[in-house]
Amino acid sequence: MKIQEFIKKVQDKEIDVVEHTHKVLEECKKINKEYHYLNTISEELAIEQAKNVKKNPKGKLAGLPISVKDSICVKDIESTAGSKILKGYIPLKHATAVKKAINEGAIVIGKTAQDEFGFGGFSTNVGLNFKIPLNPFDKGRATGGSSGGAGGLTQKASFPHIALGECTGGSIESPASFCGVFGLVPTYGRVSRYGLIDYGNSLDKVGPLSKEAYGTALMLETISGHDPKDSTSLKEEVGSYTNYLTKKVKGLKIGVIKEAFSEGTDKSVSNVVWRSIKKLEDNGCIYKEITLPITMKYSIPTYYLLATAEASTNLAKYCGIRYGAHEKLEGNFDEYFTKVRSNNFGKEAKRRIIIGTFSRMSGFRDAYYIKAAKVRTLIIEEYKKALKNFDVLITPTMPILPPKFEELKKLTPLQDYMMDIMTAAPNLAGLPHLSIPVGFEKNLPIGMMAISDHLQEGKLIQIAKEFS
Amino acid sequence: MDINKELILKVAKNARLELTDQEIKEFLPQLKEVLNSFSELSKINTDKINPSFQPIDIKNKLREDQEEPSIDNKELLKNTKHKKDNYFLGPKAI
Repeated sequence: MKIQEFIKKVQDKEIDVVEHTHKVLEECKKINKEYHYLNTISEELAIEQAKNVKKNPKGKLAGLPISVKDSICVKDIESTAGSKILKGYIPLKHATAVKKAINEGAIVIGKTAQDEFGFGGFSTNVGLNFKIPLNPFDKGRATGGSSGGAGGLTQKASFPHIALGECTGGSIESPASFCGVFGLVPTYGRVSRYGLIDYGNSLDKVGPLSKEAYGTALMLETISGHDPKDSTSLKEEVGSYTNYLTKKVKGLKIGVIKEAFSEGTDKSVSNVVWRSIKKLEDNGCIYKEITLPITMKYSIPTYYLLATAEASTNLAKYCGIRYGAHEKLEGNFDEYFTKVRSNNFGKEAKRRIIIGTFSRMSGFRDAYYIKAAKVRTLIIEEYKKALKNFDVLITPTMPILPPKFEELKKLTPLQDYMMDIMTAAPNLAGLPHLSIPVGFEKNLPIGMMAISDHLQEGKLIQIAKEFS
Repeated sequence: MDINKELILKVAKNARLELTDQEIKEFLPQLKEVLNSFSELSKINTDKINPSFQPIDIKNKLREDQEEPSIDNKELLKNTKHKKDNYFLGPKAI
């Protein structure tokens, strides 16, 4: 059943939402045994919410099961961001995005698996003692990351469902592409970050993943808006994103980023995305190839230097005193702090803390951190210039098909980081973008990414509708 | 840029991380590769360019300095084992 039809039936009391939620939870447990998409299944909370909705079936998400990435806080439900250092942490409040969804009748079924703190593009960098989620199309391959559990569950669930994911440099788009679903990253600041366990404050965004373009539009209009609790949230009014689902794409100008189809991109990915661009042309879009030389060449180092610098300061708050993992209290503060961190962070978290700390250290700061922040300005300017002439820019979402786990093991961290070649740049510029499932090759899904100017999410939804 | 064991240990110490010998052995070539590659940013001229610490222009947003209800003390202490007399208990500071 489609999302819109399901919600209407709940509102009209044609579906027993408590009974339905029980069935959903059973299916989640079954899927989870095989695919590891959920770190926690919030059974009690979901049933309690379902009972409330049954009594009062209002709200634009009435009775709809939603999953929440483990880095987004849900009150009274363990929220670990996929890290051992936050094992046992029970938030005292909902994140704003979660609260807004619940207020509209959504039912939280659980917390989805992810790379530790979002540190990865494949969900293989899960924290110590966490399970790696498996691709819904081939269990020997990765889901993409870091919102891998969100992508996998969205594809695998037979019930209507929307996932709340989080993206810093590709964490919604990558799993959306590798799991064959829609994944929308809003403009930076469009959705409040309050209650999000942060990775990089100037980059983090909460956004939806769904099997339907409708689901991404519906969730975006539910969770968007200014929040006094997040000083970076935008005050601009939120429009009706679902209205864009009925707008025709005729006349939209598309810039196809040439560098994204170079030899580094798998041929089958390029072919399927080009075929989709031609489809848009057939439907009245006008496309032209363009180049973004600085953006496409320098976004990876720029992104990783800024993101790790921010992460290394954010992670300083995990000191084993107020919440999360504890150790026996002994030694002085530095000794205790060092012990908690060394015992509970995974390898990739340690690597990123070291890169981020290095780039901010006296003697290196100007050449690395500040330099990256300056190049970020050039990248933003290059995008802004292109978006003066085009409504939407297009690239593949990921340069490859979903990789096998044994292939990923052979990659060095640098080679791993390079896989974010398409996604890091729009995130540096805070531009909204949407990964659209556009086809398959060897039974594996391929995503096309559409990027628009700040606050122009509607245009992305218009494009997505053509493939829904 | 010479990324060597001493430098990695110094950075790790600043970051309050104690790396095992195995971790140092594994991380050193990886970090060398990453940081040497990232230094390619030096090729771009950014002489007259201001850094962007946010992707969009965000002005200072200040709120009125008013009293607001806060989280209950007992609630706040729920997530820790290290507490005493309604306070967090930490390691020795001095």
